[in-house]
Amino acid sequence: MVENRPFFTVLTHIVMILGLAIVLFPIYIAFVASTHEARDVLSTVQGWFGGNLIDNYTTILKSGKATTGGIPVGHMMWNSFIMALGIVVGKISISIISAYAIVYFRFRFRMFFFWIIFMTLMLPVEVRILPTYHVVASLGLLNTYTGLTLPLIASATATFLFRQFFLTVPDELTEAARVDGAGPIRFFFDVLLPLSRTNIAALCVILFIYGWNQYLWPLLITTEKDMTTIVMGIQAMLYVPDDINEWNKTMATAILAMLPPVVVILALQRQFVKGLIETEK
Amino acid sequence: MEKRVVFRNRWLPYLLVTPQITITLVFFIWPASQALRQSVLLEDPFGLSTKFVWFDNFIELFSDPLYWGTLKTTAIFSTCTSFLALSLALLLAVMADRVIKGAVVYKAALLWPYAVAPAVAGVLWLFMFSPTNGILALTLKSLGYNWNHVLKGGQAMVLVVIAAAWKQIAYNFLFFLAGLQMIPKSLIEAAAIDGARPAKRFWTIIFPLLTPTTFFLIVVNVVYAFFDTFGIIHAVTQGGPYKATEILVYKVYKDGFIGLDLGGSAAQSVVLMVIVLALTVIQFRYLERRVQY
Repeated sequence: MVENRPFFTVLTHIVMILGLAIVLFPIYIAFVASTHEARDVLSTVQGWFGGNLIDNYTTILKSGKATTGGIPVGHMMWNSFIMALGIVVGKISISIISAYAIVYFRFRFRMFFFWIIFMTLMLPVEVRILPTYHVVASLGLLNTYTGLTLPLIASATATFLFRQFFLTVPDELTEAARVDGAGPIRFFFDVLLPLSRTNIAALCVILFIYGWNQYLWPLLITTEKDMTTIVMGIQAMLYVPDDINEWNKTMATAILAMLPPVVVILALQRQFVKGLIETEK
Repeated sequence: MEKRVVFRNRWLPYLLVTPQITITLVFFIWPASQALRQSVLLEDPFGLSTKFVWFDNFIELFSDPLYWGTLKTTAIFSTCTSFLALSLALLLAVMADRVIKGAVVYKAALLWPYAVAPAVAGVLWLFMFSPTNGILALTLKSLGYNWNHVLKGGQAMVLVVIAAAWKQIAYNFLFFLAGLQMIPKSLIEAAAIDGARPAKRFWTIIFPLLTPTTFFLIVVNVVYAFFDTFGIIHAVTQGGPYKATEILVYKVYKDGFIGLDLGGSAAQSVVLMVIVLALTVIQFRYLERRVQY
């Protein structure tokens, strides 16, 4: 701060607190609603917590919402978790090795491969919905975990991040490793991989959130109810007649759907900020 | 930039790029080429015969007033969402940059809506604006304003814009804050010594120096509003009422996946590809150079 303006400092805090209120209010309201009985949130607004917290959450985790299919939310979360984990592990492993090849080797078609990887950036799922669906269907991957994860693990951003990082690793390390007789595989595992640890951690956070929050892709390729992920499972809970709409359970599901990624962000805040700012560069 | 020291190996590099290239070819390049191919073909509903029709699908698409309606909706939606998310985030970032006490708490609390999926963000706001039991809808009603986004298109648009912007504030906030912290303090001190008050300092020094960040964020926000908000639209309004919130991505999904209009959907996909291509080119060619100061 360059000068002391007490009035302005107070104003600053007021604006920040208002901002926080806007950001946090929807979540507070949802959480409060999830602790009440269904009929208490049907036509009135609840401002304070009710007594049904444990009851509501155990019901939806174990048996889901009866009015809309009744798939246990616990199972949906498991599906989401598998999908997110598959995307994290898959994306990081295939992009780190392809970045390694592109930076540390000279080979025919190197730039051609680089441009193919770059193209993925311009082809999000949203622009090729039907044909991608047909490919997955003809490979027999509908309603499988492989189908949920595999098509999403090609990523230009992760490859670029590793490429940028590898380019900053001093050549002397490579020379020293070569003098000591280490081959490319040994060098990768013993030198490069340990050096990439912080980048990998940052990517893990970003990719876990990316994977957990997928919506369109699971919507397209899962038709069987027990393959539903939680983020798309919520959507199915919304379209029921107003008078039997159990908003308390829908809101409990919404809270559960945001819990894992929010915990990840808050626990690994430093890695998250690093990952976010670096993958975008 | 290239490495001076490289390894020599005849087959290893090919082996290393194989997984990524295979997945890219099978799930990205091939489907995209199929979309291109189908966009110039006319297929009968049973898939028995296909005919090459040049650009008929595109001509049909662009002479369809419904498609123009969707384009307009998308433009309104992405402009409003980006503007709302960017201006609120900038305000909060400028304030957070000034705060000394409690900065860590503010920052942590503002960050985490980033982790909320767009569809879930949509559900949270849908609940608050639910005409029969939503806190905001009932408050508006008690003030004499009748809120019912299920019937009124304009209100549905406001709802999805708020939900979409709410989720994006965290992201913009982080980048604005990082941008603000890179501005040399000496510049601001010099201006203060010359007698510029905070508001003047903001508009004449801080905001111009933030332009690279702002440009970058505008592109990112437009991309977000175009493509990542599908979940919000699908979960909250399903494009309704009467297509009032039907954005391009939702229309591609609806026409192709539900309506099974292959040629028309493929032509729409191609239009979207051109848009992504343009945005990516802007992002890499134009912004990359401006980000340095």
